[in-house]
Amino acid sequence: MADRRIRILLAKPGLDGHDRGARVLARCFRDAGFEVIYTGCHQTPEQIAAVAIQEDVDLVGLSCLSGAHKYLFPAVCSLMKEQGADDVIVIGGGIIPEQDMQGLYDAGLKALFTPGATLESIVDWINNNVTPKE
Amino acid sequence: MFTKELLDQSSQMRKKWEDEVKKIIAKNADQKDNWTTVSDLEIKRIYGPEDIKDMDFEKDIAYPGQFPYLRGNQATGYRGKYWTFRMFSGMGTAVETNKRWHLLLQTGQTGLSTAFDFPTLMGYDTDSPKAKGECGKCGVAIDTIDDFRDLIKGIPLDKISTSMTINPPATALWAMYCASAEQQGIPLSKIAGTIQNDMLKEFIAQKTLMCPPEASVKLISDTIEFGTHHVPKWNTVSISGYHIREAGATAVQELAFTLRDGMEYVEDVIRRKGLHVDQFAPRLSFFFNSHIDFFEEIAKLRAARRIWAKAMRERYNSEDPRSWWMRFHTQTAGCSLTAQQPYNNVVRTATEALAAVLGGTQSLHTNSLDEVLCLPSDHAVQIALRTQQLIAEETGVVNTIDPLAGSYFVEALTNEMEEKAWEYIHKIDDMGGMVAAIEKGFPQMEISDAAYKFQQQIDAQEKIMIGVNKYVIEDEKIDIPFLEIDDAVEEEQLQRLAATKRKRDGRKVAECLNDLAAACQKGENVMPYCIEAVKNYATVQEICDVYRDVYGEYRDPGIY
Repeated sequence: MADRRIRILLAKPGLDGHDRGARVLARCFRDAGFEVIYTGCHQTPEQIAAVAIQEDVDLVGLSCLSGAHKYLFPAVCSLMKEQGADDVIVIGGGIIPEQDMQGLYDAGLKALFTPGATLESIVDWINNNVTPKE
Repeated sequence: MFTKELLDQSSQMRKKWEDEVKKIIAKNADQKDNWTTVSDLEIKRIYGPEDIKDMDFEKDIAYPGQFPYLRGNQATGYRGKYWTFRMFSGMGTAVETNKRWHLLLQTGQTGLSTAFDFPTLMGYDTDSPKAKGECGKCGVAIDTIDDFRDLIKGIPLDKISTSMTINPPATALWAMYCASAEQQGIPLSKIAGTIQNDMLKEFIAQKTLMCPPEASVKLISDTIEFGTHHVPKWNTVSISGYHIREAGATAVQELAFTLRDGMEYVEDVIRRKGLHVDQFAPRLSFFFNSHIDFFEEIAKLRAARRIWAKAMRERYNSEDPRSWWMRFHTQTAGCSLTAQQPYNNVVRTATEALAAVLGGTQSLHTNSLDEVLCLPSDHAVQIALRTQQLIAEETGVVNTIDPLAGSYFVEALTNEMEEKAWEYIHKIDDMGGMVAAIEKGFPQMEISDAAYKFQQQIDAQEKIMIGVNKYVIEDEKIDIPFLEIDDAVEEEQLQRLAATKRKRDGRKVAECLNDLAAACQKGENVMPYCIEAVKNYATVQEICDVYRDVYGEYRDPGIY
């Protein structure tokens, strides 16, 4: 049986519309052989957690450039946890100041990528850290 | 442009030069094979008379203040008046932003420009669950006219023009401005400013969304009509390429999509409102990006003026030269700046600002060096403003108008930008216009293609960003002062909003909102109803909820 591909939900929580990073990554993930679901801008943490569970994804990638990551990223993690989906890895990207990072890791995010991260480094991280569910 | 003798002579000399080049590169190859702009447009090693031989001086170049306005709208250029130094700012509460504005005016800024926070931009109040965590972060929070009055406190509305970067709720914020001016005893005929109010580029790029495209264009036509009759010095739309470019478009795509958006608005106002093009077109304004590729940007801005003049005269039979003028604001490219080695951003912004000036901009915002990392600090904003002042008052580039005209390269590149832009414009015409093209996802996909390609080129070091993929400092410690909006701002704003809601007459608010809904249903102009509603303390969200109820809500389809 062929290996199941890594299934990724890319999501933009909150009101921020800066979606260049998310769109570029969606293309990149597709080309890297992952299955990608991109739900567009302006998703609430509740919507993101629901789609992640419904679509049985292996990884959720959150993108936010508005400064609201401190509230939005942990909100997604805790909703996933509440609904028993804490096996899904959550990573984030955007303009995230150094001093906010530890708080986000503590909230359950497994990796954070900021401006300057190469596509390759993100794909490598996923390949090294995510195993598709059986 | 040139005599046959000159072209013959040039062709012989060029041949000789080409032979010489071949000899040299046979021994020492060039540093790389392809030399392209940041937008991946191929540039030749040299340009000569043959590259612009088909140009007609009278038809294609002419003088400033003469059709096709390639060389500028104003006959006197920057000698008559520099561009407006207009720095975009806003953060926290209205009171804080008002303080920053007074500081900027004291340091020599000549116009104001408002950044709103995300809830305001999207038409939500601070007390909406969707607004949680966003209040005051990326701009100033405005919920009601009480906030707006604090924002403009002490600003002479009849002397300083104010630009408001607001799109879906533009009618509500403009209504607050109009109502505040009236309350200060300043007639609407005296106030000057701009609302961005360009929804087409939101669907294409920036994604501050509210209602579907067709209804969004209707609301914009309402503002254009209202401005034409009542607020004649106001720019009711700032047709924006800035965000299209930031989303990853090439220079040609920015040019083409922006101008085609402008044409869509012109056509809608003529069709829906029955106005003659010359009644409203002089108040249309534009907003472009100035990216890092110096000559490409200059060529783009020059081409923009020529395309618009031709389109107004030939497509819309405009007879008033003021309609032919493309008036535009420019902002340096946020996406060209790097979080790494942030002081390099001063150099990038200066280069981009110079390109904007050589391209003949009429208004300019220069980005601050720290904007990739956080909201700009006062000191960083001052350097950015000084960059403009230095270009205007030290470098001498303002002494003569359009100094690059006649350059073989600049004219050839300007022509190329124009040709490629028209190709896109005609393609969108064939699709049935910009609303139809957006519904097909056409401009969105073109931009995604370009953005992805650029990122791949950065990763492959085919395109260079200093500090990111070349001359990287490992484990760089970024040491700049960091401005952050306190979460207490949200609490403060919630209290302000609650206080306004307590004091207002709830019945009167409901009545105003019902009237607005009825106007929407009947297809009437919404502006008089919006002004009445905000005077009675209706909130930004209450007005936008009326639109969402009547016209439906648009959700980002997530095209990539």
